[in-house]
Amino acid sequence: MSPTSIFAPASTPAAAIFGLSTLVLGVTAAIFVCVCALLVYAVVTFKKRPDDDGSEPAQVYGSNQVEIAWTVIPTLIVVVLFLASARVITSVQNADRSPGSIQVVAVGHQFWWEYRYPALGIVTANELHVPVSDSTQPTPTFITLLSADTDHSFWIPRLGGKTDLIPNRVNSTWIDPYETGLFLGQCAQYCGTQHAKMLLRVYVDTRNAFDSWVDQQRQPAREEVDVAEGRHVFQRTSCINCHAVSGTVATGQFGPDLTHLMSRDTIASGIAPNTVENLRAWIRDPESFKPGSRMPAMKLTDRELDSVTAYLASLR
Amino acid sequence: MSTESLALPQPAITARPLVDRLHGWITTVDHKRLGLLYIGYALLFLLIGGIEAAAMRIQLIGPRYNFVSPQVFNRLFTMHGTTMIFFVVMPLVFGFANYLVPLVIGARDMAFPRLNAFSFWLMAFGGMLLYFSLLGANGLYGAGNAPDVGWFAYAPLTSRTFSPGHSTDFWTLSLLVSGFGSIGTAINIITTIVCMRCPGMTLGRMPLLAWLNLIMGGMVILAISPLSAAQIMLLVDRYLGGHFFDTQAGGSAVVWMHFFWIFGHPEVYVLVLPGFAFASEIIPVFSRKPIFGYAVMVAATISIAFIGMSVWAHHMFTVGMASSANMFFVLSTMAIAVPTGIKIFNWLATMWGGKIDFKAPMLFCVAFLFQFLVAGLTGIMLGAAPFDWQLGNSYFVVAHFHYVIVGGILFTIFAAFYYWFPKMTGRMYSERLARTHFWLFVIGFHLTFDFMHIPGLLGMPRRIYTYEPGRGWDLWNLIVTIGVVFQAAGVLVFMLNLVISWLAGDQAGDDPWDAWTLEWLASSPPPDYNFAEEPVVRSRRPLWDLKHPEDPDWKYE
Repeated sequence: MSPTSIFAPASTPAAAIFGLSTLVLGVTAAIFVCVCALLVYAVVTFKKRPDDDGSEPAQVYGSNQVEIAWTVIPTLIVVVLFLASARVITSVQNADRSPGSIQVVAVGHQFWWEYRYPALGIVTANELHVPVSDSTQPTPTFITLLSADTDHSFWIPRLGGKTDLIPNRVNSTWIDPYETGLFLGQCAQYCGTQHAKMLLRVYVDTRNAFDSWVDQQRQPAREEVDVAEGRHVFQRTSCINCHAVSGTVATGQFGPDLTHLMSRDTIASGIAPNTVENLRAWIRDPESFKPGSRMPAMKLTDRELDSVTAYLASLR
Repeated sequence: MSTESLALPQPAITARPLVDRLHGWITTVDHKRLGLLYIGYALLFLLIGGIEAAAMRIQLIGPRYNFVSPQVFNRLFTMHGTTMIFFVVMPLVFGFANYLVPLVIGARDMAFPRLNAFSFWLMAFGGMLLYFSLLGANGLYGAGNAPDVGWFAYAPLTSRTFSPGHSTDFWTLSLLVSGFGSIGTAINIITTIVCMRCPGMTLGRMPLLAWLNLIMGGMVILAISPLSAAQIMLLVDRYLGGHFFDTQAGGSAVVWMHFFWIFGHPEVYVLVLPGFAFASEIIPVFSRKPIFGYAVMVAATISIAFIGMSVWAHHMFTVGMASSANMFFVLSTMAIAVPTGIKIFNWLATMWGGKIDFKAPMLFCVAFLFQFLVAGLTGIMLGAAPFDWQLGNSYFVVAHFHYVIVGGILFTIFAAFYYWFPKMTGRMYSERLARTHFWLFVIGFHLTFDFMHIPGLLGMPRRIYTYEPGRGWDLWNLIVTIGVVFQAAGVLVFMLNLVISWLAGDQAGDDPWDAWTLEWLASSPPPDYNFAEEPVVRSRRPLWDLKHPEDPDWKYE
């Protein structure tokens, strides 16, 4: 089964859309069967016979009764489908923000996702963590959608429909996943060269796991003694122009926050497992890893590469 | 053969030198020659756009496949979309309109022959401008030549910040120039139909082909104008420091979307109405019955045009419009299904009780009916805004609009090719090759575009140069790519048929289909002046009246 199927909803908005989609699919399937039956019947029955005498068939110019029938019936169907759609539009777009909800700000960048939890003081990238929401104690997550550069679109098919992130505009969406696990998606609005590798990962944690993830993310960056050389290289090169590591001189805003880099499963917006080898290869030459990525190769020596990788690998 | 029956002594006419004949084509203001120029030009671009599509499908044959780089892939889908809409389907429908409209209304040419030639060459120049960008106009930051911002070129990707080279300028200017050509042609078609109908041809006796092209012309003027305005604004942004779409200086990306789609959606009807026109001429002749509900067909077309101008933001259900706006566009979008459904039912009713002759034009029309039905139904799914939040910008949408443009419009254009080929060339096409073309293309079309819906339902967005394994998309993409082979083979057989039949086909005669509209009264191919004597009509089917003086149509209309 596909992990990104729209027919396996695990959140209220996705389920509401799924409900509407079954109605629409049912109605359209019925229309399809009826009209196809007429078409097939006409093609088979009124085919010119080999023994045709060459005379013209009865010349029929039209019929007002029939025209009225096939105007009124489709109109009624349209009204039904419109009302059903309007109901779901209202329930999804105009949902109330309950007091227990989580607030996240998602910022689309070429070609990665920034996630901020203003109330919790957390900044992270590419892997969104949210608590599971159960019906007795709902904890939906409301996501404010912003863009730092071009248009993007936030789409986790199993959790909800897509909403665009548009520069100079504030959009929002919400999810309330009712099962734990990893939910996948990817950017759904063409945003430039690496649009294809701007993957989305949403981790739905139990309430306890989410709370401990929050505690861990709120820690300042670790300062390990044996990676001092790598830290020095990192802070001396232009890495810090784009990346932030909290509590250090690195306060860049253009790239992902690296304070807890190793708490993430993947790098480069979900395209590769976050292993030391991949990290090193990525730093050495981002272009070969993800052509068109905005991160430049810093032309580090092997020794510098090793030490920077070791430093980053210490940021748990 | 009938040509051998006369053995007159041949006067000593030497063929004019090639350069003279080429000069004749380039300087022509004859509506028929311009029509053929449009069509030939479009077929050339059909091959180019098809090769671009094939390259994309090879790239997507499997996950993380490496046939072209992401930069090249982005250029391919931008060029494919722009080419197919503006330089294939638009010139094809304009070409047929140019050729046929004066003939079916009994006129000797278009109202403004020189404007006609000017419009064609503007469009031709626009297409060349687009491809000239390959010679050194850089696109997105760090990417190579040719436009790569997508065929709807959403802001701010088109701003100088993100698209620093000149490829976006080539794209903009190309559409601006060809857009002026389109407006010129639309004015010409409207004026011709309004002012140049032969005696007796009231609006109510006009063939549906003329009616639908008249309405198409009106929609072109309404739709192309905002597109041209937007292109000018984009140029102002890029060169004169404007901020219409420059989000970094307070501009609005959403305004571009509105401008683009208030062109983009009516454009679908601009392309499909001529397709409807072909079907409305061909289905009656091959069913041997008049069109069912002529007046209702006209009314349905007019209401499609009206409603079609107010549905554009259904392309924007995911941009965060207010719920009331979303509801409005759901209603208008679904409402358009009613007149469109009426058309499908009327075509079916035309076939009902007839004697259907399944020659190639009719085969393509029947396939069109089936495919257009499916396209309409997936359109209803996309029109239900919440469903669109899932389906929008996914491969489901790509499948849907290819179902409309290929399964609907291109199939009727193929039907039109075969139906009017004898009139345009004086020769009959090969029915055997036409059937081969039909079956290859039907198989290829359904392999490609039926299965393309599925990865969309499984979460595959469009415009991605590659995808991750394990998403359940691999098999479907493989099948989709296999279908391309059949479609390409079908198109090659089609082109082969055109060339062979034009050079060596049987003489077709003036009226090979025993048809009823005025173009079949002229010789095949028609002379420069079309009709030696101005025809006079008393009904919608003047040739029926001629052939059945005992039971003419005008007694019933």
